[in-house]
Amino acid sequence: MISGLFHILVFPGLLFLIAYSLFFSFMDRKIYARLQNRIGPHWYQPLADFLKLLGKEAIVPDHAAKKIFALLPVLSLVAITVSYLYIPTVQPQSLYPFDGDLIVILYLLAIPTVCFFLAGWYSTSVFATIGSVRALTQLFSYEVPLFMAFLAPALLADTWSLSGISAYYSAHPLYLLINLPAFLVAIVACQGKLERVPFDLSEAETELASGTFVEYSGRYYAIFRLAIDCELVVVASLIVAVFMPQQADSIVLGFLFYVIETMIVLFILALIRTIMARVRIEQMVDLCWKYLTPVALVQIILNLFLKGVL
Amino acid sequence: MNQRITIPIGPQHPSLKEPGCFTITLEGEKVVGAVVGVGYNHRGLEKACEARTYVQNMYLIERVCGICSHTHSTAFCQAVEELAGVQISRRAAYIRVIMAELERLHSHLLWLGVAGHEIGFDTLLMYSWRDRERVLDTLALLGGNRVNYGINTIGGVRRDIDKEESHEIRRMLDFIEEEDKYYIDLTLHDSTLAARLGGIGKLDHEDALRLGAVGPVARASSVASDVRVVENYAAYNEFPMEIVTDDHSDVFGRAVVRVKEIMESIKLIRFGLDNLPEGELKVNVPRRIPEGEVLSRTEAPRGEDIHYVRSNGTDKPDRVRVRAASEANWHSVAHMLEGDYLADVPIIIAAIDPCYSCTDRAIVLDHRDTGHQHILDWEALRRYSVDFYREKGFDPQRIKFRERKIIR
Amino acid sequence: MKNGPGLIAGMALKHLFKKPATISYPNTPLDIEAHYRGRLVYNSEHCIGCNLCVKDCPAGAIKILNVGTKDEKKFECHLNVGHCIFCAQCVDSCRRGCLSFSQNVELGVLKKDDLKVVME
Repeated sequence: MISGLFHILVFPGLLFLIAYSLFFSFMDRKIYARLQNRIGPHWYQPLADFLKLLGKEAIVPDHAAKKIFALLPVLSLVAITVSYLYIPTVQPQSLYPFDGDLIVILYLLAIPTVCFFLAGWYSTSVFATIGSVRALTQLFSYEVPLFMAFLAPALLADTWSLSGISAYYSAHPLYLLINLPAFLVAIVACQGKLERVPFDLSEAETELASGTFVEYSGRYYAIFRLAIDCELVVVASLIVAVFMPQQADSIVLGFLFYVIETMIVLFILALIRTIMARVRIEQMVDLCWKYLTPVALVQIILNLFLKGVL
Repeated sequence: MNQRITIPIGPQHPSLKEPGCFTITLEGEKVVGAVVGVGYNHRGLEKACEARTYVQNMYLIERVCGICSHTHSTAFCQAVEELAGVQISRRAAYIRVIMAELERLHSHLLWLGVAGHEIGFDTLLMYSWRDRERVLDTLALLGGNRVNYGINTIGGVRRDIDKEESHEIRRMLDFIEEEDKYYIDLTLHDSTLAARLGGIGKLDHEDALRLGAVGPVARASSVASDVRVVENYAAYNEFPMEIVTDDHSDVFGRAVVRVKEIMESIKLIRFGLDNLPEGELKVNVPRRIPEGEVLSRTEAPRGEDIHYVRSNGTDKPDRVRVRAASEANWHSVAHMLEGDYLADVPIIIAAIDPCYSCTDRAIVLDHRDTGHQHILDWEALRRYSVDFYREKGFDPQRIKFRERKIIR
Repeated sequence: MKNGPGLIAGMALKHLFKKPATISYPNTPLDIEAHYRGRLVYNSEHCIGCNLCVKDCPAGAIKILNVGTKDEKKFECHLNVGHCIFCAQCVDSCRRGCLSFSQNVELGVLKKDDLKVVME
């Protein structure tokens, strides 16, 4: 009981996730800055930002639905933290593995996006409304390739549980290379899921003045930011768990592997953020349906075929 | 979605660096109507000019625009010199040209960065502004300040370019040339840039002429208009000038024109440094300028600047009128915006390299029903302000204004 | 260069191993050019009180006052740094070379009154 609570609340649960997400966000900003020939922030900057936002006055618009407005940040944070419990991080197995946890995680990860949409919608501001419509459009475009990209390795492993995937691929490490196209699709789709450049359409500072979050301030916004930072960690962990699962014996070694692998994923995500201009919404839909979905589809067919052969 | 939304971009908006209001009517994400509203930044500059001497006005005019400060002061100086009937030395004219081209370098690099930022490409912003820093440092070396260089004076220039400084400029030019080659490559070949910039903000050749576009906006619609060539002011007649034009007629074309013009400017500065003639820097101009009126034109990085100066024989001008380049380009913005997506609005506005405070001069009221136009004159403005404050509950006529003396 | 997306990647990766271009300003001293127009410096030694600088100042920032007697003239320069636009026209206008510009650009003060300085 005690150890269960410890696992959920401290390590590798909530507290670890929050601490790691702050560090992750720092690394993200640092890599981004260094790629741009800048110095970048101090290590405590994300924490300082978070604390500062917490201390600021939280203004709720008159026309907004107040309860939902206040509830949405918490809801998205909860969905993200819960999904983290089912992802194997420092150990080959997650805390509470069961068959089908991959699907549950993917659905839990859809909740924050819906929260962003609702947040914008209930803010009743023009910018927020347009931002939230964009968030939904974006959801419809990246969600299909994202699901297919994550399901392809699972199909090959013939299991819907992340622990099973991990076990299968550590038995056949070379098969990981087969999933390379799905990995690339997943990276791009995740960039859309995380709403980072080039897919930060719902937030788009220069177009919509931070879109869905335009009316959020103070502690509500702080929690939203924390949720977004945590989402980055969760998505990176999920990519690591599906596409490069580790099978370390000890926790220390597992922790080391986990950090290195998530950092690699983070670096790729940060690099994409650096080198691209923001796409338009119809370009995003085009990209997702014309290129990502067919690639993911081919991957699934290939994996089904290989499953029969191997 | 057939519902129309009206969304205000500005007066306060992250993509606008100065206040200006663009009322965009959207159908879904598509712009079906745009109203450009400027006038939030009226500073009363022209009126202020009438209360100051020509020497003082030099510095006021230099502050019309933070970026094209040298071009504005050149235009004003030229007008006053013409009125006074003096001819500046060739060396002074060359130095004016070199400064103007250095200014073009930093302005175009600034634009490139801003354009990158508007489309969410912050890396381009960081790189090009880092390079712009080098140009600004060189300008500070020559003029003594990073933006308002104060190089011009009536009758010539104030600072010379010596051997060491010219060496420094050449070193900077080598650096910028390398970087700009990269930017040209990037603009021409990067497909994300092409996807975001290409095909938006269309302004055909005919429309550019009809709406009176100037500068890079016009040149991107293959209108070969460049005051440097047409007017041949300062020493431009001795420089080998080539007009950079492009036939894309969209934002992409404007980007191409600008990055290529950086190359052209580098060539001009090198030529100027190589052939810098000997001579006096400044000829004396009397403080009282003979009566007359002059229209003077220069090519700012953003397009054509027009200055009109009327003198009444005293040491203060009777009337000064400044038409900055952005003012000419505003007219085409509403036309460019229609039919594009909301996502493109910031970059289309940014593509004319707008300068809001340069533009705002007077307010013309368009009566919606009658179509009747009228301009508020000084008296009417005063009456309007008194009524405005009375409605709010206090009478400004009782307030005694402190006399602000302008030292003469 | 070939056409494609994200061409700036090569440049970006190169910068990962380069020194950042940022200047850590308050920690490193500024590199100010010799000609830079910083705060005005006044030397009353040769001043004749012709007030040409006062006349030409576009911002009305400078005043030259005679604090001595009519025969024993002694001049003081009252400068409002907050009004000064650092154009250096006064330096050009002065025929006796009493005014010059320093490289002092760190002019922040906490009280507005501190901006008004008197120089001898």
